[in-house]
Amino acid sequence: MNSYIFDDKVNNEFLVNRTVFTDREVLARERAEIFSKCWLFIGHESEVPEKGDYKRKKVGGRNLILVRSHDNEIRALYNTCPHRGALIARENEGNSRVFRCFYHAWSFKNDGCLVGMPGNDAYPEDFNNDGSKNMKAVNRFESYQGFLFVNFDDNAISLNEYLAGAKEYLDLIADQSESGMEVLGGVQEYSVRANWKLLTENSADLYHGLPTHKTYFDIKQEQDPDLKKVGLFGYGKDLGNGHGVVEYRAPWGRPIAQWTPIWDENLKKDMERMKERLIEKFGEERASRIADWNRNIVIFPNLVINDIMAITARTFYPTSPGYLESYGYSLAPKDENMVHRLARNNNFLEFLGPGGFATPDDNEALELCQEAYNNNLEVQWNDVSRGMKRDAEDIEGTDELQMRSFWREFDRRIQESMRKGASKV
Amino acid sequence: MKVENITKEDITEFLYKEAYILDDWNLKEWASLFTDDGTYKIPPLGRPNADPKEAIFFVHDDRERLQHRAERLLKKEAHVEYPHSTTVRNYHNIMVENLGSEIITVRCNFTTYRTKREVIDTFVGYNVYNIIPINSELWIKNKKVVLKHDSLRPHGKISLIL
Repeated sequence: MNSYIFDDKVNNEFLVNRTVFTDREVLARERAEIFSKCWLFIGHESEVPEKGDYKRKKVGGRNLILVRSHDNEIRALYNTCPHRGALIARENEGNSRVFRCFYHAWSFKNDGCLVGMPGNDAYPEDFNNDGSKNMKAVNRFESYQGFLFVNFDDNAISLNEYLAGAKEYLDLIADQSESGMEVLGGVQEYSVRANWKLLTENSADLYHGLPTHKTYFDIKQEQDPDLKKVGLFGYGKDLGNGHGVVEYRAPWGRPIAQWTPIWDENLKKDMERMKERLIEKFGEERASRIADWNRNIVIFPNLVINDIMAITARTFYPTSPGYLESYGYSLAPKDENMVHRLARNNNFLEFLGPGGFATPDDNEALELCQEAYNNNLEVQWNDVSRGMKRDAEDIEGTDELQMRSFWREFDRRIQESMRKGASKV
Repeated sequence: MKVENITKEDITEFLYKEAYILDDWNLKEWASLFTDDGTYKIPPLGRPNADPKEAIFFVHDDRERLQHRAERLLKKEAHVEYPHSTTVRNYHNIMVENLGSEIITVRCNFTTYRTKREVIDTFVGYNVYNIIPINSELWIKNKKVVLKHDSLRPHGKISLIL
């Protein structure tokens, strides 16, 4: 096979070979060439506000500890003992000055430095002078607007360069608060019995919005008597390096200053004030973009940030071609008043998350795709051509442009690995 | 049914009735078990007493939304539950407090099995109910479902009413 995509810009046809969703060799190449070389989201700085705060994280298949060390630096440590390998932190989160491996009782400061073990007279005097017995930290650890990323490739380009056009969209989130954004409690850990790339596609796909989520929009229509026709209007954009976005108007309330009739009049007044403040700070155009427009952002390969009826960041990783593990975060302004916060959270869970009125239907759609890929030998290609025939200025939100930017980058990376013959199968 | 005459057996029967109503997909009837100010909640894993302002619940339904939830799941366009999954709900270790008072508190463990497309998912945890007797009938004022899972894997969703 030469390529996993068929990209015909003359006849406006774009196809993806379905083996990318089922093949174990593809997964092995993804682990080596994508999850070991791209910048991967590990969490948000607000998750570890105090020195000693830590959280266990699984990123790119690795067991990590995100910790704010005694020197106030945030680090990502590999959660494995340099002695004989046991997982060191066993609680999911906490605050600690030291990490202690229970197996042989080696202890480490919360920056990973070895501070003691029983019977150290059995080791040479220069033991660990080179630091090799400290807990290892991920070398490449960088942040943008409070979003923290790791990269397991020491030679990777900087996060700043990697994020390319996606930075503008993280800025639009940061501008929603004067005191910064924070992750709320209860990160949702769930799974889908489907290939991880199906979730990337689905997360910035307006085309499925109305058919898949009809029951949700029926409820919105019932709640808002002025809502005559439900639509999602906007455009998609390639943000470089495989990242993409759809930006659009939608018939739901946004806790950042777009009121909806399920909220009371006080909240309406609050939101008018918020909007005024945004206009004062950013001018009419950017204020409207922040308040009235929605954004589904894909940061290659596995981070989705949806700035919609609430803000969710979701990251996921494949444990097999047909199974992904997902982490869903909710972000909100730190200084948000509590009435407002409750409205936001209700907005979130009505649509999003494993108990929402929409996310479970997405889950089902993905699982049905995966199940039907049993027919891959005879039915080989997915069509991702929608809107390809349109000129750039006529692109619509329900087109599949942002997916094509993902697939082109995906294919480029996998092809490069095949040319080198490199495989860690 | 007078408040002072309600027995633990009455409460147990009522809970079993709720479980069968859900297993039989009579979801509108389920919603009608709730008082006008009834609530149905599923807090985040490991945080049964979380504050809904500080943490994201899986479900945080007031009476209106639990009605929406019930009606939505009966629609053909609630794709995740179409065709309907098959479920078995077992309630056990039922403990009843405050018999004889206006609000009866019940805690019980549950095991709920969901089968769809030849896959069985199991949900375990406990429910906390506030039940009130009005006009010789029992009503649910609050139902809180506390899941005892480390994550929602491999289920991936709570598409059912638990």
